[in-house]
Amino acid sequence: MTGFEYTILIPLIPLAIFLITGLLGMKWKPAVSGILGTAGMGTSFLLSVITAISYFFGGHGEAGFSPIIPANITWLKLTETLHIKMGVLLDPISVMMLVVITTVSFMVHIYSLGYMKGEKGFARFYAFLSLFSFSMLGLVLATNIFQMYIFWELVGVSSFLLIGFYYEKPSAVAASKKAFIVTRFADLGFLIGILILSFITGTFDFDQLTNPQASVFGGAASLGFMGISAMTWAMVLIFIGGAGKSAMFPLHIWLPDAMEGPTPVSALIHAATMVVAGVFLVARMFPVFHFQAPDALEVVAWVGGFTSLFAAVIAITQFDIKRVLAFSTLSQLGYMMLALGVSGYGGEEGLGYMASMFHLFTHAMFKALLFLGAGSIIHAVHSNYMYDMGGLRKYMPITHITFLIACLTIAGVPPLSGFFSKDEILVAAFNHNKILFGIEYLVAGLTAFYMFRLYFNVFWGKDRHYHHTPHESPLTMSIPLMFLAVASVFAGFLPFSELVTSDAKPFETEMHLMIAVPSVLIGLVGIFFAWLLYKKESRVPDAIAAKFGILYKATYNKFYFDEIYLFVTKKIIFNYISRPVAWFDRHIIDGFMVGIGLVTEKTSYLIKGMQSGQLQHYAFAFVAGTLALVLSILYFL
Amino acid sequence: MIQGIPIYHFLVVSTLMFFIGVCGFIIRRNLITMLMAVELILNSVNINFVVFNRYLYPDQLQGHFFSLFIVGIAAAEAAVAIALIINIYRRINNIEVENVNEMKF
Repeated sequence: MTGFEYTILIPLIPLAIFLITGLLGMKWKPAVSGILGTAGMGTSFLLSVITAISYFFGGHGEAGFSPIIPANITWLKLTETLHIKMGVLLDPISVMMLVVITTVSFMVHIYSLGYMKGEKGFARFYAFLSLFSFSMLGLVLATNIFQMYIFWELVGVSSFLLIGFYYEKPSAVAASKKAFIVTRFADLGFLIGILILSFITGTFDFDQLTNPQASVFGGAASLGFMGISAMTWAMVLIFIGGAGKSAMFPLHIWLPDAMEGPTPVSALIHAATMVVAGVFLVARMFPVFHFQAPDALEVVAWVGGFTSLFAAVIAITQFDIKRVLAFSTLSQLGYMMLALGVSGYGGEEGLGYMASMFHLFTHAMFKALLFLGAGSIIHAVHSNYMYDMGGLRKYMPITHITFLIACLTIAGVPPLSGFFSKDEILVAAFNHNKILFGIEYLVAGLTAFYMFRLYFNVFWGKDRHYHHTPHESPLTMSIPLMFLAVASVFAGFLPFSELVTSDAKPFETEMHLMIAVPSVLIGLVGIFFAWLLYKKESRVPDAIAAKFGILYKATYNKFYFDEIYLFVTKKIIFNYISRPVAWFDRHIIDGFMVGIGLVTEKTSYLIKGMQSGQLQHYAFAFVAGTLALVLSILYFL
Repeated sequence: MIQGIPIYHFLVVSTLMFFIGVCGFIIRRNLITMLMAVELILNSVNINFVVFNRYLYPDQLQGHFFSLFIVGIAAAEAAVAIALIINIYRRINNIEVENVNEMKF
């Protein structure tokens, strides 16, 4: 029919692998599960690449790339018009996401063969990885917002399971709970948003919702709440769901803690795929945002901009290399959100949209590379902290080179891929709002600075006292590094503006030298300062930190956001809401039920003497009752 | 109608029998006497069936048949009751109803 029916296998293969390894994994040698999972993911990867090639290079009509729905079944019939379907939707962003997810997932599967070798629960790890891949693929292929929501929750669960993989470690357990609760809390907003949206439009399907000439919003204008239109409410609520998953301020607190999970998991879930689900959601609903709720889009832009600055500042002060990368991820996600927020619709106007998706793509490659590189370092040094590392370039040449490439990419040095995507975002921000542009420009410099602070601290400087000489990682770990390094270098040359655009029609982009040159310069300035401060070990950074005093301390402690949340939940919510509610439940509701039981018991105790066991008493009561009944009927009727 | 006896006479007899039976059931302590009282109640009902059949629907027979059924069932019931009484006697050595009082709260 459409020739894309095989795409349904892309999510189903990981599901099958999950079921097989999950149920039978402990009976086999661990390696079998690993190889099976990797082979399955490899198949999905190949299928995705084939899909992408035949979708993007199979030509397109005048109207650009049209969405294709190779499979769609009605799952629940709620009313005559409101159905919940399950299906596969192929359009430029979902096909792009397929490639991103399967590439990174495949690399992480290979990498974990080395990284997780000999770990307890190796099979469990692979089962969860497959579950995650299945959920994430289902999420991007969803044909309607409800299917997306289902997979959205599945992704949250698999993230929870993988963060808490080392379930014997209390900090990992706490981190997994935190991640789950925070994102779940945000998902409540998402669900309410979906309900409002479906109430207004009577449909869940993306092809109706995101049609620019959509006629389903007829009744929307008249509805509103607190002076804001219902559509704005719905879209802001949906954005809250996205913000929770993408760890936007102020729901960002779970992502740094999520680094308790194994490093390949951080690379896959908390850098490249799951955290961009929020960005993907906004991109998926972009026409609705743009035409129905432009105010909500403004919120997206400012939240994104603020998060990127906020996270970049914190990243400068952290010493745990995974946390630096986590805050860097936050900052880059902020970039993507901002780009969506400042975007218009169609052609040149849609530059921000294109830039966001472009950055999503390149970021997935280089951030996965950074995390896998960090995993390789941790594997060698057995520590997460920068001050336990130094001079590693001599021992780990492959990790060193690939990590350097990733750092240069994220710093935006041409012609690596990060330069192109970041440049497009800056242009889009510049066209929309000069303040946001200023923020992003500053963040570009900070990004270069903190990445190279990390780089110089780890790979240069003096050797530390290592327990054993650090060694280069095995081939299973270095091959993904090399592959992703190549992808990071060359991804920038993909003609994204001809493939993934807001209205699916290609347009031309040009270099904006006015913006590109200064952005490269500020990146180089950031690198230069990092070189100055951290190339050789010195007391200067400490001295500068001491100079900032309280400000430094606040930043180092992530502006005390965790403490604020704890204070609000433990001191305020627990004391003033939860306790009274618990008291009410225990004393009023339970008390009522217990009271019913007590009254019954006491009454029966009082009257049980009537059951004497004397047959003739019963007979007398019976006869007397009958007589009384008969007499009363005779007398009263 | 039956040689000029009015229906009321029959009904008075059956009512008397019924209440004698009820009183006997409540007052007498001996299980066998109580069983006899139950038989009185049953038979007073039998009289009613037959009499009403005869006086109201003389060309039908349901009432007669019903009373025959009751007689049959009463026989079976008496057999069961006497079996029970024998068992009670074996257990507690008398058949006074006050002593059969273990089935209570």
